[in-house]
Amino acid sequence: MSIFRKKGRSGEKIETQWSTAMRNFRKDKMALTGIAIFVIILIVALVQTMLNPKGWSTLTTDFAKPPSWHHPFGTTDSGLDLMSGCLKGALQDLIIAVIVSTMALVIGTAVGAVAGYFGGLLDSVLMRVVDLLLVVPLLTILIVMSNIFSSGGGSPLAIALLIGFLSWTYISRLVRAEFLALRERPFVEASIALGASSWRVITRHLIPNAIGVIMVNTTLTVAGAILLESTLSYLGLGIVPPAVSLGMLVQDGQGSATTSPWQFFFPAGLLLIIVLCVFVIGDGMQAAFDPRNARRRK
Amino acid sequence: MAQPVVSVKGLEVSFATEGGMLNAVRGLTFELAEQEVLGIVGESGSGKSVTALALIGLLPKTAVVKGSVEIDGEEIVGRAEKDMYKMRGSKIAMIFQDPMTSLNPVYTIGWQIIEAVRSHGKVSKDEAKVRAIELLRLSGIPRPEAALDSYPHEFSGGMRQRVVIAIAMANSPRVMLADEPTTALDVTVQAQVLLSLQSALEKTKAALVLVTHDLGVVAGMANRVIVMYAGRVVEFANVDELFYRPSMPYTHGLLGAIPSHAEDSDERLSQIPGAPPTMLNHAGGCPFAPRCPLAQDVCRSTEPALEPVATADGSVHLSACHFRDEVSSMPVASMFKGAEQILEGAEDSGH
Ligand SMILES: Nc1ncnc2c1ncn2[C@@H]1O[C@H](COP(=O)(O)OP(=O)(O)OP(=O)(O)O)[C@@H](O)[C@H]1O
Ligand SMILES: [Mg+2]
Repeated sequence: MSIFRKKGRSGEKIETQWSTAMRNFRKDKMALTGIAIFVIILIVALVQTMLNPKGWSTLTTDFAKPPSWHHPFGTTDSGLDLMSGCLKGALQDLIIAVIVSTMALVIGTAVGAVAGYFGGLLDSVLMRVVDLLLVVPLLTILIVMSNIFSSGGGSPLAIALLIGFLSWTYISRLVRAEFLALRERPFVEASIALGASSWRVITRHLIPNAIGVIMVNTTLTVAGAILLESTLSYLGLGIVPPAVSLGMLVQDGQGSATTSPWQFFFPAGLLLIIVLCVFVIGDGMQAAFDPRNARRRK
Repeated sequence: MAQPVVSVKGLEVSFATEGGMLNAVRGLTFELAEQEVLGIVGESGSGKSVTALALIGLLPKTAVVKGSVEIDGEEIVGRAEKDMYKMRGSKIAMIFQDPMTSLNPVYTIGWQIIEAVRSHGKVSKDEAKVRAIELLRLSGIPRPEAALDSYPHEFSGGMRQRVVIAIAMANSPRVMLADEPTTALDVTVQAQVLLSLQSALEKTKAALVLVTHDLGVVAGMANRVIVMYAGRVVEFANVDELFYRPSMPYTHGLLGAIPSHAEDSDERLSQIPGAPPTMLNHAGGCPFAPRCPLAQDVCRSTEPALEPVATADGSVHLSACHFRDEVSSMPVASMFKGAEQILEGAEDSGH
């Protein structure tokens, strides 16, 4: 044995799924660009919001001014600096998106995994709950719930939790379908024959095989959450001023898209860029996790 | 014989199907000592895989299992699933038929072996890695260090099956089950993989239950052989006994169907006419009787018990045939040659 220790690369870590995926990912130019833009937006938004926390609440006499050196994104009809609003809104959207997608990821994967792997009564019960949530229109639930929730006035956290609570069903169905197919694969039986428990089979064999699907759909959920929040804002059920989101700004700017287009195009453009970045990152992740794309170390 | 590593007594497995109870295994009894290799042969559907799965407790929940299976002194039948985890992999391990699908595609070979090594007992990552390299070397993988970082899809079927063998050996189980381990492989690779398996067994001193269609494989690997027919053991003997003095017409039939490589004789292969019975409604009588050229009235009415045939060396040789002694002194497969000529004659006149 000691021979191997000297000869073998025992100092080096053994390849794991993550290390391979990360290595692939680092070679994916599209995805890296996506991440770079995303991070830049995030940093700029953070810095700006920290340096100028009152940017979005300080009224000026510059009503509906086009972009200038002083107001790079122009101002709104009520004289607010649109850049401050867009960046603050972007930050707010990202916070909501992170909460929503984390919930969707965790609840969706857990429910889908349990239903798909164990099947039987557990599966039936869980899937009926999912059906129920899918059948009742999301918007209706949100309208009813947000009235209860937002009696305090549209707290972003409450909105995020609400959207998150209703957004996991899609992932759970996909994970379940994926698991139904995966659990019949011989390597699952082989790993059980080697002494793997259900928990081990699910966490170490099935989820890693479904990770591509899970990742992509989580990123879709991120985009979906941002869009849903803007819909809610439009209906007056989303977050309320002084809090701000990109969706809210887009809705506000929509009316003046012809007269003062910057009020629409800046928040909409930023929203679009963020959503695109998220998609590109998701795509890159799916490709990175496909073992067929594994590139050799060295 | 020391305490056997496998001891099966009166094993019965049935499935409730729409057509009624399907008795897949009926009354199987055998013992297996350390390092012994037991071959299980028989036609498709005779219950070989069900037997193997029963030994490792992997039958679907719909299966009704009776009798007793002891692995290294521990009873498997009726054991709670969560107590089985500890036994699987460490006391008993299984090698499946298709190496193309029995490895997890998303993990490297190294990860999968290390996972197996670490799943029973506390082993550090570095130690596990050293052990993984040793296991790969044992199972005949060239350049095992490099293999650690490979994915299953980068390997050929033969190489994958060696990896599967390495994984099965990871915790030095007392018994290995191999269900047609080489059927999915190229003939040229089969022998190499079997050699790997054999050297793995020598190292770990494990016993092996080898399920196969291929009597050639049995001749090369097994010490003792069980011939199954319609869920029953119809013959049990040492390899030499079985090949030289088969005592059940069905075994004669199986032996007559092997091409002989030795002399290129113009002898035709014989085949067993008819199809194996369904195991749904067993009518009584010998299940092989409808296909047996020697069948008499007694065969159709009473099922023969599994009883000893006299052997020269005093080893145990059991046969379930009313005419076991007569059959054991007949030349191999002679009875089917006649049957085949009759069939051929019928075909010729038809054209
Ligand atoms: N889960 C199941 N439910 C119902 N019947 C089953 C099940 N598994 C196996 N059987 C039946 O049990 C009998 C024995 O099957 P088994 O798989 O052991 O055959 P085998 O000898 O391994 O055949 P082969 O050589 O084709 O692999 C068959 O009639 C089969 O249909
Ligand atoms: Mg089988």
